[in-house]
Amino acid sequence: MLLEIKNLHAGAGGNEILKGVNLEVGLGEVHAIMGPNGSGKSTLAQVLAGREVYNVTEGEVLYEGKNLLDMAPEERAREGIFLAFQYPVEIPGVNNTYFLRAALNAVRKHRGQEELDAMDFLTLIREKIKLLEMDESLLNRSVNEGFSGGEKKRNEIFQMAVLEPKLAIMDETDSGLDIDALKIVANGVNSLRSKERSIIVVTHYQRLLNYIVPDFVHVLSNGRIVKSGGKELALELEEKGYSWLDETVPANERA
Amino acid sequence: MSTALKEIEDLYLKDFREFENRHAGASPSWLNELRSEGMQAFAELGFPTTRLEDWRFCNMAPIAGVRFQPAPFTLNDQIENQIRKLPYFGLDCPQLVFVNGHYVKELSSVAGLPGNVKVASLAETLKRDDAIAAHLARYADHRSRHFVALNTAFIEDGAFIEVPKGVLIEKPIHILYVSADGNEPWVAHPRNLMIAGPGSQAALIETHIGLGNGVYFNNVVTEIVAEENAHVNYVKVQHESETAFHVASVVAYAARNAALQTNSIQFGARLGREDLTTVLDGEGAESYLYGLYVTNGQQLIDNHTAIDHAQPHCSSREFYKGILDGKSTGVFNGKILVRKDAQKTDSKQSDKNLLLSESATINTKPQLEIFADDVKCTHGATIGQIDPEAVFYLRSRGLALEDARNVLIVAFAAEIVDRVKFEPYREVLKAALTHKMKS
Repeated sequence: MLLEIKNLHAGAGGNEILKGVNLEVGLGEVHAIMGPNGSGKSTLAQVLAGREVYNVTEGEVLYEGKNLLDMAPEERAREGIFLAFQYPVEIPGVNNTYFLRAALNAVRKHRGQEELDAMDFLTLIREKIKLLEMDESLLNRSVNEGFSGGEKKRNEIFQMAVLEPKLAIMDETDSGLDIDALKIVANGVNSLRSKERSIIVVTHYQRLLNYIVPDFVHVLSNGRIVKSGGKELALELEEKGYSWLDETVPANERA
Repeated sequence: MSTALKEIEDLYLKDFREFENRHAGASPSWLNELRSEGMQAFAELGFPTTRLEDWRFCNMAPIAGVRFQPAPFTLNDQIENQIRKLPYFGLDCPQLVFVNGHYVKELSSVAGLPGNVKVASLAETLKRDDAIAAHLARYADHRSRHFVALNTAFIEDGAFIEVPKGVLIEKPIHILYVSADGNEPWVAHPRNLMIAGPGSQAALIETHIGLGNGVYFNNVVTEIVAEENAHVNYVKVQHESETAFHVASVVAYAARNAALQTNSIQFGARLGREDLTTVLDGEGAESYLYGLYVTNGQQLIDNHTAIDHAQPHCSSREFYKGILDGKSTGVFNGKILVRKDAQKTDSKQSDKNLLLSESATINTKPQLEIFADDVKCTHGATIGQIDPEAVFYLRSRGLALEDARNVLIVAFAAEIVDRVKFEPYREVLKAALTHKMKS
């Protein structure tokens, strides 16, 4: 098992958001986590990446059998976890290429691989950037600065393609994308699907899952996974809406 | 160290008498008179106190309370070796080297300049070129400004550059002031003058670097004139020793359609103060002022800039940034004066600060005095911390916390540092700044 989340409770500022999440992700699997706004989807994604504003109050997370919650965000990244941000941060003055090379070399060093020199790195990213149909000029700009919403999301998946994580977590990567951009992003992600890589797709809408077809679908509601199933569960949700879930939650747990 | 203030000021007078006697026969009379004017003004003005608005946040008592000896000229093999190893030394451009304010011919080289360009030490120039009288001390006001007065009293050496009409100089001229420790605290009064003739183009880099950790005081005055349609690029780097004092008064005039770019980067000295005045003195003149101050420990760096829009249709852009750590203090005061006739003035100013510690302080103040009615003037100041979301973003890609912070600090500074056009110098500067930020 690549990732095991056991009874995870987490929150921020004394407010509990995750209220006992249980989830197992095997190597090579694609899991979709769906749920209404405020259900805790993004919190779960950020807790897995090590965002410090969230406190874990109970439970544990094992990644390749190791205690994930003990690791700093950069250790998680070097161990192969990648979060595609819902809102990628603009960093003026930091060149995109420079940043990505520093990141890749930090990861490679950790894996005991040789660091890439500027030439080899450039060859690598030129190949990867085609995958996302991005303009090469974006490489010479500051990280995400002045990028359109779609460019930012593509840049996240481009980074993922370069860093080749073992576990990729996509936090609402589809939100704000038009259908053309959505297809490009989905193609990029699909080309990265492999037996050696697991993907967690966090999304509010079923639409993305037409293009990135998951092996499993989980529904998160009020900080807990209330329903799990195959890809057909997403379609059911699309048809019936999230309010249908209320009927599936045991009566004694309804608000 | 704590001799009474008056007594110290009297000692400057005593030093001046000796200085005056030494130069009495050798210097032209206009120069002796000029020095006397300077001394007289300083005797009346004394050192500024924090009761004066312009010195409110910049207590000069640490300078006023020390008996500084006139700078000894100490050049020996060891110091020469140290200088030759400086990253600032021997870049691929003409350079004038000074040690403790005195010109050192053996370490300087002005090869490669067009023959009619004058680049020389001020001391040499004063001996044989009376034409300089038309410009020297005509721009920086030694009658009302404390440290300009003191500097003017002791005018002796510095750099003199004159670019004739229409001449374009590709590479910058680098004037490198190296300060070596003396047995006692010492003071030097470097004096620079650059005249860029009509339609000429030239770049000047002025570096101040300390070699040791003794106490010294550089009281610098630099006057720059960009005549009609001239383009002048001026970079000043203050990288003095941690125990040094550095006071600089830079005054630049831009005539009709002249363009002036200044870039002042300060990260050395225990106490650093710079007054940078630009006068837009002809229609269509423009100035771009960039500045960066990086402080830590107990440092105090004070920047007082003034842009004088004296004529219509001039524009000015000013971007300063500060990075403050430890218990250090920064001061930024940006004055913009738009005179009555300076219609269609277009001026923008900003000062952005990054506070890296809770004990660091920044006092930032725009000061707009506008007497014309058809002008565009904007200003803004910000004070902030490193963005935690950006730090997390970088860490989530594998960068260590420390590296993530450094990347963001360097990026903040880059907007200013990248304006230094001469690449070999820019690289040296970046390395020095990175070293400073990590300390």
